[in-house]
Amino acid sequence: MPAVPNDSREKILRRIREALSVKAPARHLVGAVPSTAGHQPQDWLPPVPSSEAEIIALFEKNSLALKTEVRRCANATVVVSELAALARENRWKSVGSHHFALGNDPVSALGLPVVFTDRPYETATLERCDAGVSGCDCLVAQTGGILVTSASAGGRVLSVLPPHHVVIASATQLVGDLADAFSLLRKNHEPPPAFVSFITGPSRTGDIERILVLGAHGPKKLTVLLVED
Amino acid sequence: MSAESVQFHHDAERLTRDLRHRALIRKALGGYYVKRDEEKAKYTDWQQARISAAAAKHEAVNHLDKYLIELSDKLAARGTRVFWAADGDEAAEYISSVARNAGVKRIIKSKTMTGEEIHLPRALEKAGYEVVESDLGEFIVQLREEAPYHIVFPSMHLTRGEISDVFEKKLGSPPADTPEELTMIARDVMRKKYCEADMGISGANFAVAETGHISITENEGNARLSTSLPGVLVSIVGIEKVVPRLDDLVVLLPMLATAGAGQNMTCYNTLLGGPRQPGETDGPGAFHVVLLDNRRTALLADAEQRDALHCIRCGACLNVCPIFKNIGGHSYGTTYQGPIGSVITPHLRGLQSWKHLSFSSSLCGACTETCPVKIDLHHHLLQNRRNAIAGKPVWWEKPIFAGFAWFMCRPALYRLAAPLLRLAGPVLHAIRGKIIDPARLWTATRDLPPPPQQSFKEYWNARRAKR
Repeated sequence: MPAVPNDSREKILRRIREALSVKAPARHLVGAVPSTAGHQPQDWLPPVPSSEAEIIALFEKNSLALKTEVRRCANATVVVSELAALARENRWKSVGSHHFALGNDPVSALGLPVVFTDRPYETATLERCDAGVSGCDCLVAQTGGILVTSASAGGRVLSVLPPHHVVIASATQLVGDLADAFSLLRKNHEPPPAFVSFITGPSRTGDIERILVLGAHGPKKLTVLLVED
Repeated sequence: MSAESVQFHHDAERLTRDLRHRALIRKALGGYYVKRDEEKAKYTDWQQARISAAAAKHEAVNHLDKYLIELSDKLAARGTRVFWAADGDEAAEYISSVARNAGVKRIIKSKTMTGEEIHLPRALEKAGYEVVESDLGEFIVQLREEAPYHIVFPSMHLTRGEISDVFEKKLGSPPADTPEELTMIARDVMRKKYCEADMGISGANFAVAETGHISITENEGNARLSTSLPGVLVSIVGIEKVVPRLDDLVVLLPMLATAGAGQNMTCYNTLLGGPRQPGETDGPGAFHVVLLDNRRTALLADAEQRDALHCIRCGACLNVCPIFKNIGGHSYGTTYQGPIGSVITPHLRGLQSWKHLSFSSSLCGACTETCPVKIDLHHHLLQNRRNAIAGKPVWWEKPIFAGFAWFMCRPALYRLAAPLLRLAGPVLHAIRGKIIDPARLWTATRDLPPPPQQSFKEYWNARRAKR
């Protein structure tokens, strides 16, 4: 590890303090209606319903718009058959996964070779897998997003390297908006972990003539198996 | 005129006449306007959301020392090496030394405009490393040996045919004619590069002081792969990227997506706070964060324009700017194009060399109106003009205005001038734009309306006489 011998830290901090000795006007407040009192910033974002059924419906609607597939599963047995159906439909030969309560049975029932990423593994072997099956911290209805951390999704790579990412989550893991997701993150991890990612749809690009193409570098497909019991 | 100004006028004039270019840009942005408006309409109150976003950045920028120290300490607590770089050379030198000490050969980069600003890829290539860009648009312009055309859409000026040509030439791939096929060619090339690279380089969209994370926003997944597969990761972060609290991202992430690309949320928003931690099985073994000043503190010292440091680089002001839409991104000759580029480049690279950008504006205010963090962009263009003139006055401006004032204060002279102008009208019209026309710089591209047959005073007197 190279040492970091330089005095730029102090130099930059000195320049900043000199600059800030002159106060800047809060120009963004000029002409603003003073209605911010008693409101949180998230109150201005797209609204989120309060009932559980409506939150699930909003998550499904936003997922559909993002081309994330959501399959509702009535109970754990249905998850096993749905994951097996996905494996058949997409002709999986091997999958990457990790150990998590909702995933253990469905993954072992596949009868396919599994690369577990919560123990030391080879990147090249995972790269050859047809799918990555993981858990998550929570699902965000407002954005159709999935919050993952290393602990909940089998590391930093599993959810992005294989061409098909399958998330198995319980309906109780659904939250309304990003603010709820962050407070859940704080509740589960203190301090927040070194890797946190919001996944909002399968990988995409519009860099060629602004035309949408899925699977730019990450997964071409994203499927959420939502367990409702 | 500075060399930069001469180049700008030359390129801008050429591209403005290029109708094919203009049609391409109009088509690309047409789709963006529709998606952006759809997403904005879903907000409970977009204007209040703008105020919240601006308030978060205002708080950060005006207490920058406090939040940078907090960020740096919290990052270091998870084993991240934080390096403070006063300028681009210092940053590039440090990153080279990290690569040298780790025995790096191949580097994979995910789009960073701050890296472009300090010419980092070229510095590392010169030092003997293979540097591959992984963002599709940036990869395409890298193959074409061009600068990014737009801070968010680097290859928006190219057609699929041009992209297929450069892939054929540089990658030896067969000709392809759909964006899908072309994307898959790049995907296959890049998959190998991710696995081979021993160092990843990224930028950051935000840095959260409270929790010690950098935040990276992307759609393709290239940043997630570049920041998790190689053994060493370096992230280069402008000091203005810091925000105080994790909850500030609650508004900033959706607004960046909506203003930048007409999305509800960008595909991947990743928070990175350290290298591989105990209990983790993957992720980089070493993580370095380079906090870059590079004259940002000079902009900070200008209290009048300090809010330009609120910029979240969404590119919305480029997309609505009538100047950008006509002259294109490359004409600017800067890392940051469009209105925000015209405002900050003089601070980052010298006012007198780059003042021409502030003069090349219709001051219509579309940029200020669209900015999600409420930067007063078009007034800053005016302030740059004022500062440029104050620093280097134009010798003939003062006498001209003094003469004009003297003339306007003398009604007798004014009365005499009106009929003279009427006589001169046809002559001026005949020589309009020609070499003998004293006002040809103005009239060459503008109409010259004929002088009215009656002045207002004459009309008023005649009207009163009738009564």
